[in-house]
Amino acid sequence: MSLGNSPSFVREHTTPEHRPRLAAAGSAATLAVPLNDGGTAQSGAHRRASLHWAGFNAVIAWGVLAAVTLIWPNKPAGFEDWAYTQELGILGGAIAAVWAVLALAASAGTSRLRWLNRATGVFRLAAPWLIVFPLLITAWEILTAKLGILEPPFFAPPSGLIDVYANDTARLADSALNSLILLLKGVAWGATVGFAIGVSIGWSRAINYWVHPLLRFLGPLPPTALLPITFFFFPSSHSASVFLIALATGFPVAILSWSGVAAVNKAYYDVARTMGASSAFLIFRVAIPAALPQVFVGLFMGLGSSFVVLIVAEMLGVKSGLGWYLTWAQGYASYTNMYGALILMTLIFSGLISLLFAVRDRVLVWQKGTVKW
Amino acid sequence: MVKLAVVRTDSDLEHTLLSGASHINISRVSHSFDNSRDGRLDVLQDVSLDIAPGEFVALLGPSGCGKSTLLRLVAGLETATQGTITQDGHPVTAPDPSRIVVFQDPTLFPWRTVWDNVALGLQAQGILKAEKSRVDAALQKVGLQDFAKSWPHQLSGGMAQRVALARALVNNPKLLILDEPLGKLDSLTRIEMQSELVSLWRKNGFSVLLVTHDVEEALILAQRVVIFSQRPAKIISEIVVDRPYPRHRDDPTLTGFRHEVLNQLGLGKNW
Repeated sequence: MSLGNSPSFVREHTTPEHRPRLAAAGSAATLAVPLNDGGTAQSGAHRRASLHWAGFNAVIAWGVLAAVTLIWPNKPAGFEDWAYTQELGILGGAIAAVWAVLALAASAGTSRLRWLNRATGVFRLAAPWLIVFPLLITAWEILTAKLGILEPPFFAPPSGLIDVYANDTARLADSALNSLILLLKGVAWGATVGFAIGVSIGWSRAINYWVHPLLRFLGPLPPTALLPITFFFFPSSHSASVFLIALATGFPVAILSWSGVAAVNKAYYDVARTMGASSAFLIFRVAIPAALPQVFVGLFMGLGSSFVVLIVAEMLGVKSGLGWYLTWAQGYASYTNMYGALILMTLIFSGLISLLFAVRDRVLVWQKGTVKW
Repeated sequence: MVKLAVVRTDSDLEHTLLSGASHINISRVSHSFDNSRDGRLDVLQDVSLDIAPGEFVALLGPSGCGKSTLLRLVAGLETATQGTITQDGHPVTAPDPSRIVVFQDPTLFPWRTVWDNVALGLQAQGILKAEKSRVDAALQKVGLQDFAKSWPHQLSGGMAQRVALARALVNNPKLLILDEPLGKLDSLTRIEMQSELVSLWRKNGFSVLLVTHDVEEALILAQRVVIFSQRPAKIISEIVVDRPYPRHRDDPTLTGFRHEVLNQLGLGKNW
């Protein structure tokens, strides 16, 4: 064996050993191909023309929703008829028509239009849901408006929701906006302060000595228990709520940032120190990046508990927001409005969680392929 | 046992520029750890060792004997309880980029790409912007220039250890401290990496202090093999491996040395 040390010698020996690994990394992309089409079209693996049954079943299911809503008369409920019944039927029919186009496109095989391929790809993936969802809506419409088994005012048909969104738009939008502002203020404060506290008690023994017992003692106290006191001490219910939401977010973020920093492999510090790293470098370039996966776990937990505090605070003291809207709707016994607000709330909160997931995937891109959650 | 005379046995040694190599003197160093349960734990006992500029010295001994502690002291990561360690006449008091350690685990930072891992030292010293080309050069030296953008988790064990080597070399160390760097590699990769280590050393001319518990590895790589006792570690003896590079495993002289070393370690019968 020669001791040749030209780069080409070395490379010859490294490439084969690396290849399977890269192939493994690439396989994620390969798996994604059926969803995104373009790759398939080029690699020659064209989808053959064949009837896309699930797609046509979705068309039928939405057609059923439209037909039931339009043809079957509503049961009189002691007041004028449910509004927007016809609109619901037309909406169902229109959606069925869109699915019909996509089902035909999916049956025709791979198209030359990229956007159409992408759309049929998503449609294929979503088809089972697109069958079940309209059937559930239909059942709901039948139980409420058609048969009247679930009676007003506690229950409302889906068309009632359209009524709420169409006629109470301003109040709902205003409530949603105020909730978002309050939530983001609190979460931003809580995440920032919690992160700073967590990192410093993970890093410094002195800070740990003083702050850790406080955190352990006060942390488990539910922020909602502090509501009456904070409303009394703070100048406004808004600032009191920001504080409580920050508290709810900050506790898990602090605990997990701390454990993340404390768990950093000590060898990382040795490596950086022998290369001339300063303390600031060790904190910002070693400890914090190494702890980030844990920090994100804390952020997810903190965001979750911030929702609880937000809604409770708005129900009890704040004079705007979706939590307030809920109590307001209850006061007027307009349960349909309440359902409308609940659905809006679900969309906003799940949207925020998805947003955090997207940020996490961007920031922790290096974890791809090592961690799945 | 202080050796002041440099044993330059290697006639075909390419490097003549030894300005980039450090002279390390370890003088009567003892070290113990404070262990609250058992009191003091002595790890090193009166160790003296002299490493000439550009010399390749291997430390061999039973595992857990305290060789790695000696490396940490030389690196400046810890301070010896007794005795002094000097680098070119100056006492070692803190870590310094002129003495770089490569550990048994590659300890690459998983959140950095291969390139950014190699750039670590230059960034820590605040000279990365001006010296970017050194990162590419270091990757070239270990043959991984094509993997600059890969993530550590995509690398095999051998490649990760090569990146760790490049991360050390980018600092132009005057002393390379190797703490069983090939200990966790499979035997084929290991043989390949051993010859790479020799050629990197011969090209760059730094001094090398290698800890290993592989007798063959020590004999293939080092000019001088220092043998340690059980803990607390003291130097039992040393062997000057007076053979030219590249060395071959079936060299009868090396086989003889091997027998001798195993005897010293009390394993002669098992050979």
